Amino acid sequence: MITLHVNGQDHAVEGDPATPLLYVLRNDLRLNGAKFGCGLGQCGACTVVVDDEPIFSCQVPISVLAGRRVTTLEGLGTEKEPGPLQKAFIAAQAAQCGYCIPGMIMRAHALLKRNATPSDDDIRRWMQPNLCRCGTHPRILDAIRTAAGRVS
Amino acid sequence: MLGGAVVVSFAMAPRAFAQGQNKAAGSTTPAAAPVGDLKAFPYLDSWLGIDATGRVTVFSGKAELGQGIMTALMQCAAEQLAVEPATITMVMASTARTVNEGYTAGSDSMNASGNAILQAAAQLRAVLVGWAAADLSTDPSRLTVADGVVTAPGGRRRSYGDLVQGRSLHMKADGAADLIPPPQYKIMGRDYPRLDIPPKLTGAPVFVQDMRPEGMVHARVVRPPNYGATLTSLDLSGVAALPGVLKVVHQGDYLAVAAEGEYQAIIAMRALQQAARWQVSKTLPDRTDIYASLKAMPATSQVIAHRGSGGTQPGSRVLQAAYRRPYVMHGAIGPSCAVALFEAGHTTVWTHSQGVYPLRAAIADMLSVPEDAVDCIQVQGSGCYGHNGADDAAADAALIAQSLPGRPVRVQWMREDEHGWEPYGSPMVAEVQASLGRDGMIDGWNYELWSMTFMTRPAKSANNLMPAWYIPARFGPPEGAEIPLPSGGGDRNAVPSYTLANEQVTYHYVKPMPLRVSALRSLGGYFNVFAIESFMDELAKAAHADPVAFRLKHLTDPRAKAVVELAAQKFGWDAAQRLPSGHGRGFAYVRYETIKAYCALAVEVSVDAATGQIRLRRAVAAVDSGNAVNPTGIKTQIQGCIVQAASWTLYESVDYSETEITSRDWSSYPILRFDAVPESVEVHVINRPASPSSAPERRAWGRRPRRSPMRWRMPQGCACATCRSRPQR
Amino acid sequence: MRRRWLAGLGIVLLVAVLAVLSFGLWARRPAIAQTAVPAPASFDHATIRQGARLVAAGYCIECHTAAGGQSYAGGYPVPTPFGTIYGSNITPDPTTGIGHWSEPAFVRAMRQGIARDGSHLYPAFPYTHFTRISNGDARAIYAYLMTLPPVRDRVPPPQLPFPLNVRPVMAGWNLLFFHEGRFKPKPDRSAQWNRGAYLAGGLGHCAACHSPRNIFGAENRREAYDGGQSEGWSAPALGRHSPAPLPWTKDELATYLSNGFVPTHGLAMGPMAGVTRQLAKLPPADVRAIATFVASLAPAPSADAAVAAAAAARAAYHVTTATAVAGRGPAKTGAAIFAGACASCHFEGGDQPFYRPVRLGLSSVVNEPDARDFVHIVMAGIQPPSGAAGRWMPPFGVALTDRQITLLAQYVRSHFSGKPGWTGIARAVSDARKEPGS
Ligand code: FES
Ligand code: FES
Repeated sequence: MITLHVNGQDHAVEGDPATPLLYVLRNDLRLNGAKFGCGLGQCGACTVVVDDEPIFSCQVPISVLAGRRVTTLEGLGTEKEPGPLQKAFIAAQAAQCGYCIPGMIMRAHALLKRNATPSDDDIRRWMQPNLCRCGTHPRILDAIRTAAGRVS
Repeated sequence: MLGGAVVVSFAMAPRAFAQGQNKAAGSTTPAAAPVGDLKAFPYLDSWLGIDATGRVTVFSGKAELGQGIMTALMQCAAEQLAVEPATITMVMASTARTVNEGYTAGSDSMNASGNAILQAAAQLRAVLVGWAAADLSTDPSRLTVADGVVTAPGGRRRSYGDLVQGRSLHMKADGAADLIPPPQYKIMGRDYPRLDIPPKLTGAPVFVQDMRPEGMVHARVVRPPNYGATLTSLDLSGVAALPGVLKVVHQGDYLAVAAEGEYQAIIAMRALQQAARWQVSKTLPDRTDIYASLKAMPATSQVIAHRGSGGTQPGSRVLQAAYRRPYVMHGAIGPSCAVALFEAGHTTVWTHSQGVYPLRAAIADMLSVPEDAVDCIQVQGSGCYGHNGADDAAADAALIAQSLPGRPVRVQWMREDEHGWEPYGSPMVAEVQASLGRDGMIDGWNYELWSMTFMTRPAKSANNLMPAWYIPARFGPPEGAEIPLPSGGGDRNAVPSYTLANEQVTYHYVKPMPLRVSALRSLGGYFNVFAIESFMDELAKAAHADPVAFRLKHLTDPRAKAVVELAAQKFGWDAAQRLPSGHGRGFAYVRYETIKAYCALAVEVSVDAATGQIRLRRAVAAVDSGNAVNPTGIKTQIQGCIVQAASWTLYESVDYSETEITSRDWSSYPILRFDAVPESVEVHVINRPASPSSAPERRAWGRRPRRSPMRWRMPQGCACATCRSRPQR
Repeated sequence: MRRRWLAGLGIVLLVAVLAVLSFGLWARRPAIAQTAVPAPASFDHATIRQGARLVAAGYCIECHTAAGGQSYAGGYPVPTPFGTIYGSNITPDPTTGIGHWSEPAFVRAMRQGIARDGSHLYPAFPYTHFTRISNGDARAIYAYLMTLPPVRDRVPPPQLPFPLNVRPVMAGWNLLFFHEGRFKPKPDRSAQWNRGAYLAGGLGHCAACHSPRNIFGAENRREAYDGGQSEGWSAPALGRHSPAPLPWTKDELATYLSNGFVPTHGLAMGPMAGVTRQLAKLPPADVRAIATFVASLAPAPSADAAVAAAAAARAAYHVTTATAVAGRGPAKTGAAIFAGACASCHFEGGDQPFYRPVRLGLSSVVNEPDARDFVHIVMAGIQPPSGAAGRWMPPFGVALTDRQITLLAQYVRSHFSGKPGWTGIARAVSDARKEPGS
């Protein structure tokens, strides 16, 4: 049994220690934010934040997470009270199908934690691991700029 | 390239709007007969419901695909019914609850469903007012309506909830209701924030991938190594013993496994892959020569446009070029997924298909059951841009569920399934000649096009459901259909959007499909516009004309000219515009499907001469898509289309060997990432009743790539001035 | 740590002495007068094309292009044991590039390491190898570069400690370690071998990374190709000391050099990835020539040894799919990490042709004496340039702790390689953490 610390709460998880975090978040903890996109660490749809760092939850077995803080999209806010980054994405209408967006928000969240005033270049470089097929990129950039307090 | 972008506006103004526009502001406009899908499904309660608390339910047979249709339809209903948006519940595409509106495709959802809801809501409002007048014993004309409440002059009122008590909404549409006209809009025509965005951004279970009904099991499919492979041996002993495994489905060459846990299902799938032995034969064509082989395949040829004396004119200066595009994939970020439940002889499938009714028929055929033994309910999925794996995943779920009665089965494809098995966009070749008269005008145009079908969506039969090819009943082979103009399939927008005195367009519809192909965003539109607009620039250069001025000379429609001028102006296009070294600019114009939205696009690109790498720096589009229900929705979609088209044009090409598709993940099929996103993508919407489309064509350094994925290939690596200005093959 | 520090002191003292000498003896080299930027049309096609092939053979673009920057506009940071040197702008821009360099000035730089203005270049620019190329080839490269579009982009100055930041010091270095002179073919070898030796030893400068260096940063010629390092990666020995479990054949080398991958050995990564991307542009005959030369560095393998090694390596490739994880304690943890983090790619899918993972049992990285490259790859992953197809591995540096990476390394080494366990893994991990971008 492994204890996962997710969005401020401890969860005891049974099962294979090799299970990637993504499946435990989605199926055992019923958190929908992290999505399966590739399972290969190529698209970022499954991005969550572990101890302030963005990680691909599809590639990280739960066995390595004991004692570490996991933050998912659900940890940033709710539909009634969205967090600042979620608000900025909503304001920018930064979603088409929206499948990639939770991962985008989580990666951006980690960026703003370490650099409250990223340049455009910083943002692009940081967001590079995450794919969007709908071409929402310009709006995603806008939303992150807005959340960083920069007028877009 | 901008297909699918029109859904939040009325592409062809319904009669009501066409008249309304010409009338004085503020007047109401009678419509004479039901329009859109109200024609086929004329009962109001097929579209709208109101319960005793006044909550409104809107039923649409169209599917929300991330294009914002649900919000736009809600806006129509709220406006015409005069209710608060918050009181509306949207029910989309379900064989159990909505009418059959076919596929959500071809960018006509607003015409079909939007018009129906608009009219049905307007009529229902009149009916409700009539009932209120009866209840309050007053004349309807003295009543006012707001927020779902009908009020008489003295303040006496009846809410919609009260009015529907004991009354039936099952009445026929007459098409005679007064629509609230555009000048009085409170909700339509506004940038109403999309309803589906906040839940998606906060982790609500919005997607079919997020479904988790009680007792659900997880399944994965093991596909053959290629389309034609057959199973020769299978050792199931190891797989069945793995933890959590509930069922191995093995029917003919169809293999799948279901387990309690999702990761358990994946482990079992891998074990099953290792346990299966296949006979694999060389069935794919030579990759190195796809264009020659495309032209050599059996085709039906047809002249689809002929004007004046046809092609190039004797005595005029003739130019020619050939353009090409390889197989391109949809590449949804979330692999296809479905949930199915087989219970008491009935199969229910939750799917992100674009057409629940056609899918139901195909699944019923696959299972050899009557259609009413199957229901398909649309739930959102990851953006699909056409016919991708959605329907096949639904078929997978339905098949596997038959072996696990009473338990909902969730199937999600792995990344390699999505990349390897979705139907791609067809490869295409265009050969074009044009002649330039002394006056610098095009006086002859001859365009020949080769393309496979863009339509293998499942309909009545299971032939187009890929999983059905492998079960013992062996459905298939897949069947392609032609799509008639003006929509067109491969030939969409093959007829230039310009006024040309003499033109001939020939479409060679290529029958065989060695790789699976079907509808991909804008079908042939992307490529035809790429070819035509690239060639327009070559012609402009030959005529020593500015590319924008040259286009304007060949346009007569004032709305066409308006978008061209607006895009040029916002871009800062003029002869004096200075660009940094290694930068170039390009311009394109099209009227989508020749009768829908107008779109013009100006782009700035840069080229790295040594590597040939092209970057899109900036794009400015102008769109006139008629009556824009939600302008931000249009902007978002056009922006998305520009970025996606840039990715197709610069990077994408499905790779394969003689035995297998080798583009199986994002490393073998790269798409655009953040570093290549243009610094700005501006979209300017001209809001008046009409639709969009166009491909950016790129120009830098005087030489022009004529194929995608596009690269500035130095002939033998030479960057010298002469080689640079020589056109690429 | 202490040894390094002493060595450092030694260098500084010696260099200081040399510096004094150099000033008097060699330091002053005449400047070559500026010329007008030559017109692209003044070069003929054949020469430009020849130049394009040669710059690929020297993979010049790799060190002369910053990440995300314009090709050949410089700015790529080359980390050396002494400090960071930035690849220069070699586009024909007159102010920030080499637009005003005449052909003789360019040829002198290639052959002697002297810039147009007479100052000394650092040997991070491998003139120590380029000196062997023919004048005709140097001129063709000049023609190619001069027909590139000029890019105005100033490159940061090198970050080197005193006295290395005093360029004339290099005159002393040259005196000791630089041997000017052209390639001399060996008459007893085939033309193909000689072509390969010319390309590999001159423009290709393979020995620059694949040989050990002395404390002055000069290649140890007696141990040429016995393995060295580059930008924090180890460059494995190419000859008799090669760590590859299967001896390389000429064909495999040719495939590897132009594809960056060969199933029997693995993937080009680190600085070698860029090298193979450029070599891919060479005519196949040139790649084969290089392969011929490199293959000749090792004694021909006996057929039996090869077969035995292959069998051993294959047996060691066993797919771990979670659940089957055996053992206890740290080994079990390492195995679980492998199963959850690595096995989704590093497993073989039976007849499923799309799973062709690098066979870890055959991988040079897993079989090297040193854990450094393994640690690098696990932490930084492998990505082809944006928009290009290529082998991919996600980075695990932030997902795994130092201890977890160490356990994973131990597991992979013991499970897939027959070699003794690595020492110094933890050290390699903490070194890698200090690198920028990790
Ligand atoms: S799903 Fe994890 S990176 Fe794609
Ligand atoms: S919004 Fe659809 S993938 Fe990004």
